[in-house]
Amino acid sequence: MIEVKNLYKSFGDNHVLQDISVSFEPGKINLIIGGSGSGKSVLTKCMVGLHEIDSGSILYDGKEFTTMNFKQKKKIRKDIGMLFQASALFDSLTVEENVLFPLEMYTKQTKKEMLERVNFCLDRVNLENANKLYPAELSGGMKKRVGIARAIALNPKYLFCDEPNSGLDPFTGIVIDQLIQEITKEYNMTTIVITHDMNSVMETGENIMFLYQGKNWWQGDNHEIVKADNKELSEFVFASKIMKQFRNA
Amino acid sequence: MITLFENIGAYFILLSRVFKKPDNYKLIFKQTIHEMVSLGIGSLGLIAIISVFMGAVVTIQTATNMNNPLLPGYLVGFATRESFILELAPTVMSLILAGKIGSNVASEIGTMRISDQIDALEIMGVNSASYLVFPKIIASLIFIPIIVIYSMALGIIGGLVVSMYFDGMTLNDYILGIRFDFKMFSITYALIKSVFFAFIITSIPSYFGYYVKGGALEIGKASTKSVVYSSIIILIINYLLTQMLLV
Repeated sequence: MIEVKNLYKSFGDNHVLQDISVSFEPGKINLIIGGSGSGKSVLTKCMVGLHEIDSGSILYDGKEFTTMNFKQKKKIRKDIGMLFQASALFDSLTVEENVLFPLEMYTKQTKKEMLERVNFCLDRVNLENANKLYPAELSGGMKKRVGIARAIALNPKYLFCDEPNSGLDPFTGIVIDQLIQEITKEYNMTTIVITHDMNSVMETGENIMFLYQGKNWWQGDNHEIVKADNKELSEFVFASKIMKQFRNA
Repeated sequence: MITLFENIGAYFILLSRVFKKPDNYKLIFKQTIHEMVSLGIGSLGLIAIISVFMGAVVTIQTATNMNNPLLPGYLVGFATRESFILELAPTVMSLILAGKIGSNVASEIGTMRISDQIDALEIMGVNSASYLVFPKIIASLIFIPIIVIYSMALGIIGGLVVSMYFDGMTLNDYILGIRFDFKMFSITYALIKSVFFAFIITSIPSYFGYYVKGGALEIGKASTKSVVYSSIIILIINYLLTQMLLV
């Protein structure tokens, strides 16, 4: 479980996050939604330690992350997998080498054992016969799958996904969402997904947090979001005509 | 002025991260070999062409300016050797490599920064500065002195080839010249300089690439800045080292 308590983060005079308190539970898809510039990515980067926070606390299974030293943080980070918006695969490495990278860095397994794990992870994301391809040779959906395979290579406890279906066609987007959902249940991971995609929100949102102007504006699940009596949330969720018709129906 | 001091501070902070104990020696070794091939072997062709032609031109220019019968013929070979060993091979080749390797390093690391690859390394708990920059510095510290020796040899060979066909001199004079009053310290001096330059050629572009913000345009700017700053610092260090070692 990841808990964020009274978190504040500013860049100069720009107060990006203000008094954020939220819990992300294991075995569930926890969604962070909100408009552009609402602070979703900054919140995630604070949680994984890429940004220093101004005040507040971040707890990983009850352990305070912000006051940890480099070694302690490193230990937690080995339990974190992250899927980036643009996949962030290492361009100079093949698909196999990308997934192998965290294993080579942190395990003392033999090459054979590591390759077995790589093939298992690639099979798990339904990506076969792509081991020797470079990221430049992959489609957007394939890159996301490799990103997921790399993120789960070390059996992480926590999975962060930054807009996992952005830039994908609706069908591939749903496939990626389902894959994240399956993996989350299978390994009982604490999964946090940043998304703009309302399909994802409706399909997978078991715990949704709506960020507005850097504040935790609303929290609930995909059933509650439809009925929520919150002006800013409704304007965000039902922005399109078709969604408005769906709500009125 | 404040920005300059901020940049210098940030550069040394980056270096302190680069020289921290590596996370995995095996991977760093593998990466160093990869960098030696990519940065070092990839530069051999360019250095060969430049050195041979520069050696030939220096020989012709020296010969045409020393056609006084009172001057001994071997001076042409001597001048070519001295200019190549002392200055052209270590300094001019380093300036050329600062352009080739520097822009390559800055754009490679800069692209990794803007495409979140560096963040991906950090989230995995990897010291990205050490993993990305340390192998490049080690590879260049090993390879650039070798390139400098290679350039010296090819420059002198370029002059030798010209001496066979050029009317104003003989091959024997040229060979006598390149053997005349040879001091081993000249090579040591050139190698000392090349070690300093190797460090500059990789560490400064790495700094500009590592802290790049924005998109493709900023990568281009970082790449240009890295070449300009590396070249200026090479020239300053060249002056200081010459003052310290030769005077």
